[in-house]
Amino acid sequence: QGALSSCLRKPRRDPPSFFPAVSQASLVRLHHRFRALDSNKKGYLCRMDLQQIGALAVNPLGDRIIDSFFPDGSHSVDFRGFARVLAHFRPVEDEGTGTWDPEEPEPLNSRMNKLRFAFQLYDLDRDGKISRHEMLQVLRLMVGVQVTEEQLESIADRTVQEADEDGDGAVSFLEFAKTLEKMNIEQKMSIRILK
Amino acid sequence: VFHLSHKVTSVVPESALLIVLGLALGGIVWAADHSASFTLTPTLFFFYLLPPIVLDAGYFMPNRLFFGNLGTILLYAVIGTVWNAATTGLSLYGVFLSGAMGDLNTGLLDFLLFGSLIAAVDPVAVLAVFEEVHVNEVLFIIVFGESLLNDAVTVVLYNVFESFVTLGGDNVTGVDCVKGIVSFFVVSLGGTLVGVIFAFLLSLVTRFTKHVRIIEPGFVFVISYLSYLTSEMLSLSAILAITFCGICCQKYVTANISEQSATTVRYTMKMLASGAETIIFMFLGISAVDPLIWTWNTAFVLLTLVFISVYRAIGVVLQTWVLNRYRMVQLEIIDQVVMSYGGLRGAVAYALVVLLDKNKVKEKNLFVSTTIIVVFFTVIFQGLTIKPLVQWLKVKRSEHREPKLNEKLHGRAFDHILSAIEDISGQIGHNYLRDKWSNFDRKFLSKVLMRRSAQKSRDRILNVFHELNLKDAISYVAEGERRGSLAFIRSPSTDNIVNVDFSTPRPSTVEASVSYLLRENVSAVCLDMQSLEQRRRSIRDTEDMVTHHTLQQYLYKPRQEYKHLYSRHELTPSEDEKQDKEIFHRTMRKRLESFKSAKLGINQNKKAAKLYKRERGQKPRNSSVPNGKLPVENPVHNFTIEERDLEFSDPEEMHIYQVEEMTGGIEFLAKVPQDTAIDSTAGIDNPVFSPDEDLGVLSRVPPWLSPEETVVPSQRARVQIPGSPGNFRRLTPIRLSTKSADSFLLADGDPESTHM
Repeated sequence: QGALSSCLRKPRRDPPSFFPAVSQASLVRLHHRFRALDSNKKGYLCRMDLQQIGALAVNPLGDRIIDSFFPDGSHSVDFRGFARVLAHFRPVEDEGTGTWDPEEPEPLNSRMNKLRFAFQLYDLDRDGKISRHEMLQVLRLMVGVQVTEEQLESIADRTVQEADEDGDGAVSFLEFAKTLEKMNIEQKMSIRILK
Repeated sequence: VFHLSHKVTSVVPESALLIVLGLALGGIVWAADHSASFTLTPTLFFFYLLPPIVLDAGYFMPNRLFFGNLGTILLYAVIGTVWNAATTGLSLYGVFLSGAMGDLNTGLLDFLLFGSLIAAVDPVAVLAVFEEVHVNEVLFIIVFGESLLNDAVTVVLYNVFESFVTLGGDNVTGVDCVKGIVSFFVVSLGGTLVGVIFAFLLSLVTRFTKHVRIIEPGFVFVISYLSYLTSEMLSLSAILAITFCGICCQKYVTANISEQSATTVRYTMKMLASGAETIIFMFLGISAVDPLIWTWNTAFVLLTLVFISVYRAIGVVLQTWVLNRYRMVQLEIIDQVVMSYGGLRGAVAYALVVLLDKNKVKEKNLFVSTTIIVVFFTVIFQGLTIKPLVQWLKVKRSEHREPKLNEKLHGRAFDHILSAIEDISGQIGHNYLRDKWSNFDRKFLSKVLMRRSAQKSRDRILNVFHELNLKDAISYVAEGERRGSLAFIRSPSTDNIVNVDFSTPRPSTVEASVSYLLRENVSAVCLDMQSLEQRRRSIRDTEDMVTHHTLQQYLYKPRQEYKHLYSRHELTPSEDEKQDKEIFHRTMRKRLESFKSAKLGINQNKKAAKLYKRERGQKPRNSSVPNGKLPVENPVHNFTIEERDLEFSDPEEMHIYQVEEMTGGIEFLAKVPQDTAIDSTAGIDNPVFSPDEDLGVLSRVPPWLSPEETVVPSQRARVQIPGSPGNFRRLTPIRLSTKSADSFLLADGDPESTHM
């Protein structure tokens, strides 16, 4: 509660480093949700709280997403961290770059940052590249049991090959972004309520 | 017949085909007889054909969605219909005054009357068409709900205007108008109330039908129909009554009645509804071929068509604009287009118009023929074109490009991510009111309306599924370790696998399917020699294609895509259950393994093996089971308190049973599904460690857990954990199906017994 009120006192358009740039109303909503998820009113969320959400168990990438809330191996996430992750999914505003101060770091919900978030889901060892092995792992997650290992491997191979430009056998972030340049990331990774 | 050729139905909506068929039939009849012998009489329609359809709609209505969007639905239904009626009537009148329609013997009121009956969106038609066009669930529920609820408005307006017409145009006073408005509220609320009362009655009845299983389905239908008749008798909105009867009773009835009865009810309802719908549309076709009633007035007809379309579109746009300020999930342009375009008129309008008294409304024939044309037009034309329209619109927004492999894969990944984040952020879910309602429901209503066994098994039922998965997961890991390799040979009949029908309370079914589940739960490693061969032989191009194809085929579908909630002609999507199950298995397995690896090697004094149970998908998840915190004193626990304790005793050990410190069985966490936040605060205590526990807390535990089963582990646990029983208070409990717990206890006690 204290966290929220102190957050709310801050001006809305805070630089993201200070607080994730989410609008006032959404913040309140998120905080409600945070509190609802927080099973023991601890004030922060642990992995288990997120695992309670049933739909995540049947989501192939559910566990990874939960992990993304706990960066650097921590076991708890406070409201700020929670909002921070969710801020990635804020719809991109079309106001144009007029109001955006180039001095400030890029807003969390920019296309690049959205992509980076997704990239991090793939790249588990944080080496900045998606190796073939990591790609294979993701594939395995997302595909039904009928697909054989051989097929999976070949798919993973092809995928990496398609994206890999400098031939190092792994997909770096830039290469990743390039393959997806035509995809409407802004729309695919946005939730409207976070406006 | 049309179902056989699915290709046809995907293009042409079934209702249109039916009408055409009806026309043909009518033509034959007429040619043979030169008089229309078969017509859709209002009596037939209102008393026999409409109720099954509406009941079916109410019974299978996805309640959560419906009530979640109730505000929107009400707005559209009430205000939208009034708007449509008023504008259509008035503009027709205006045109009439301007003389374009020629000489008609009608007055303003007649036009208003006509407007009111033609304005109503028809549930039958909407359903029929929307089945083909799979729109997103929110949109569907809005249009559908609107079509159901606007009946009240239509009926009121119709009656009001009809009485006005009877009085004669000059005698209408302000009082009458006020009376009209009041009657609207009375009719709608009254109808709803009647429906709810009957639902209550029905649930109560089914609670006590334990010994008369055979006639249970009969009760369902009879009582629902009674609600319809009663409200019709009281001049209230009958459609609303039966709708709400269906909506309210579904939960209790399905819980109370036996499995076979439930199936019977479902199938019968679908059958009746489909049949009724077919008959309605055919009759519409037949009735059209009746030259006696045909009067043609070009301007009138054309203008009607134009007006209803235009005004509906305007109405939708206006209302959406207002709504979007208050709604969480916005309604986009495409939704609005579908909504306005999907406003089909149907048989209700026709029946109402035929009901007009010829003496009072001189131009009845004109109205009738116009109505027929309007109905035909909307159903056939709009029905036919709505699907291509939707697709075109959707396609327009995305680019036309053959997606690359990467894009497909990542795109799908993003979809998954998005739905996960949506779930986390609770976009589709949490609602303070809903929580309150489910509290109330659980505490009072269910106790009254649901059979005792049903109440207990309600928790049980939903968790049987989880249990299975867990057992499965455990045994899988066990197997894997024992055998050293994942050499399951997948049974070719994975498709025939008994999907765990987790609505059955009978444990026997549970048992039988476990073995199947085991077989199904194969890892991704599959020794499939054939495909290996194929791989090597293929050239790059075919590889390409195949890869694409494989990916396409086997990628899991994200949540949005596969949830078709309501379908007239199909009962359950079982495909998705499989997918869910697979993913669920995997997730559980992973979690198990990660915990296991985290904890293995830690020398534990007590190992309480606890496994998570995650609640499956679709219900609101507000109950959170508190952390089973093992006492801090345990030196082993270096992890912080908030983490659920997972000392996962090696299943192998369980079998080998050497380690003395092993605690009792695998206790499953029962998450009391979709229920209360109340439970979450204090937690449901582990009955295993019950004796010292607070009785008050215990009482929440299903009392049917036989004490002797719980004794065994608890004794063992007590022995090994001196002084700690008090600490187990917050351990979350368990056990659901006694049988399956048995097997685990057996596993504990009996070293030889392997997994089921």
